[in-house]
Amino acid sequence: MVFNKLDKTYIFRYLATNMFGGVFMRRLFGVVTFALFALFIISSTGFSSKAYAKEIKIGVVWPMTGPIASFGQMNWKGAQIAESMVPKTKDGATLKLILLDNKGDKVETANAVSRLITQTHVKAIIGAVASGNTLAAAPIAERYHIPLLSSSATNPLVTKGKKYVSRVCFIDPFQGSVAAKYAINNLHAKTAAVVVDIAQDYSVGLAKFFVQSFTKMGGKIVARTFVQTGDQDFSAQVSAVKAANPDMIYMPTYYQEASLFTRQAKQFGLNQVIMGGDGLESDSLLKVGGKAANGITFTTHYDPKATSGKVGKEFLKRFKAKYKINPDAMAALGADAYLVMVDAINRAGGYKATSEQINKAIRSTKDFHGVTGILTIVNGDAIKSAVVRKVENGKFVYVTTVNP
Amino acid sequence: MNITIILQQLVNGLSLGSLYGLIAIGYTMVYGVIRLINFAHGDIMMVGTYFALFAATTFLLPWWAAFIVAIALAALLGVFIDKVAYKPLRNASRISSLITAIGVSFLLENLFLVLFGGVPRAFKIPQVFSGVVHLNGVIIPIIALITPIVAIVCLLLLMQILQHTKYGIAMRALSLDMETTRIMGANVDAIIAFVFAIGSALAAIGGIFWALRYPSINPLMGIMPGLKAFAAAVLGGIGSVPGAALGGFIIGITEILVVAFLPSLAGYKDAFAFLLLIFVLLFKPTGIMGEDLEKGRF
Repeated sequence: MVFNKLDKTYIFRYLATNMFGGVFMRRLFGVVTFALFALFIISSTGFSSKAYAKEIKIGVVWPMTGPIASFGQMNWKGAQIAESMVPKTKDGATLKLILLDNKGDKVETANAVSRLITQTHVKAIIGAVASGNTLAAAPIAERYHIPLLSSSATNPLVTKGKKYVSRVCFIDPFQGSVAAKYAINNLHAKTAAVVVDIAQDYSVGLAKFFVQSFTKMGGKIVARTFVQTGDQDFSAQVSAVKAANPDMIYMPTYYQEASLFTRQAKQFGLNQVIMGGDGLESDSLLKVGGKAANGITFTTHYDPKATSGKVGKEFLKRFKAKYKINPDAMAALGADAYLVMVDAINRAGGYKATSEQINKAIRSTKDFHGVTGILTIVNGDAIKSAVVRKVENGKFVYVTTVNP
Repeated sequence: MNITIILQQLVNGLSLGSLYGLIAIGYTMVYGVIRLINFAHGDIMMVGTYFALFAATTFLLPWWAAFIVAIALAALLGVFIDKVAYKPLRNASRISSLITAIGVSFLLENLFLVLFGGVPRAFKIPQVFSGVVHLNGVIIPIIALITPIVAIVCLLLLMQILQHTKYGIAMRALSLDMETTRIMGANVDAIIAFVFAIGSALAAIGGIFWALRYPSINPLMGIMPGLKAFAAAVLGGIGSVPGAALGGFIIGITEILVVAFLPSLAGYKDAFAFLLLIFVLLFKPTGIMGEDLEKGRF
């Protein structure tokens, strides 16, 4: 018993002291390094590249985990369907999508984009979802002159003053004004409370544009309260909003906060309609929000019911066949980001196109028929229509389409 | 701001604080006995919540059975983690154990991310816990009434174990001098395993009540509550069980009051909670109830 114990301690100590300095480890290290080196040489000398023929590497940076994971996952599903629809450029080059998870985090996004540019040598990058994340990636794309095409960053700052950052979604001044109009005309609201997520550029911006439009149209903001991404307790905010008794609540946060907020709001007897932006659209809102999610209304990019055009119908058919669910805005935008990218590469000259040429082509996209409708990119921002959806009996239903 | 709103916010604060306290009790107990800041505590809480979710949804157990199973499994997990990760380092420097604890924390988070994905899942709330009570215009969710009671019951039970059972005496002895306790014939490893079992069970209870209040569960849900509970434990005097509960209440109430009275700074409530911690430590470095850290424990 005693010996056993000593033995173990001895082996452990031996390993601890000799692990990194020992002859064994040095030899092992040498062998592994050699093997890796050999592998690298083989793979880079065209031995394997001939087998894959022509390939264009496109980086993709989306949140597959973290607080907005649901968006990234739907984006990726949509992009994969789009890839199955148009797998190659016109001159026969395959598009190879290299996906990195940014966890919905700003630092992770910047790191992922740097890695894609400097190590993977991609020609263009699709991403990210959140405005804050895309803003963190933008300077890097600008520095290396690599086009960055965001699927759903709606804050105007994302493309402002940038030469290499574009998007396939509309921007928040438009989204905010659509929401304000809906609040006043359809909900007949005269007063509103605003709940803002201070950790998200998206939320701060969209709230500002809503307030501008709402007050311009004669509405009054009676309460403003703040939350932070990842918060779970909103009892204090709910109590504050309830004390102000507004006609409606505007909460342009992401779904995770909104789903818990609405539950707590209903629990505290705060039954006014909650409106938000495209950040609310996720299956999680319905699942976590449960009955409390009913009535939530939001502006977004897409509804299967409003689908028109060949591309949209084909996408809807394939998406339903593969995933057995309806695509949402994020899936549609993921697809559009991919389709706009392929279209741009085609116009820029296909396989030979440089990043510079692809960027120019992206930014001159005109009347492109995508999944979410017809879009034109002006100064990096897409001009297109918005859709209003709401939750009814635990499902998202189509309300109306608003043109720019 | 009228009196009803102030009362309402106080109730909110007490309810949130009791959750922090519940998690902090387990945190502080493990520290008190083996002086290890178990950074994986928040993640054990998360795992416990997932256990409860699966017991209820996949195995269709009634909620009370699901909770018991989850708490038991979490206790086993705690013992397992101790055996695999902490026991080999028992005689190593304290910093090694601390780093291992952080490693365990990341391992659990990422393991669950790989297994179950990052999309939050809904925790089904039994009917019993979902109602609200109206009291003179103040609205109290049933769960906000139950949580402080559970926290206090856990606290009293734990104090009872520590002060009046053989195991408790051994734990207290262990916290003062591990080697001497071993010489006295106590099975030190079994006792430490027991400490981890209790600590992890408490984490699971905390997690379940957390999910009953905020029914959105994901693999990273343990991070923030874990940090807050850690802050609560330090604020109350790390190693002191009643101190941890007290610290939890103070942090919960502070957060809510910041939102209530300084609405423009509401987004920074976490910062205020930690500022308070720094402030208290400036004047009382051992925390509120952490008197004379070297002599007495618990």
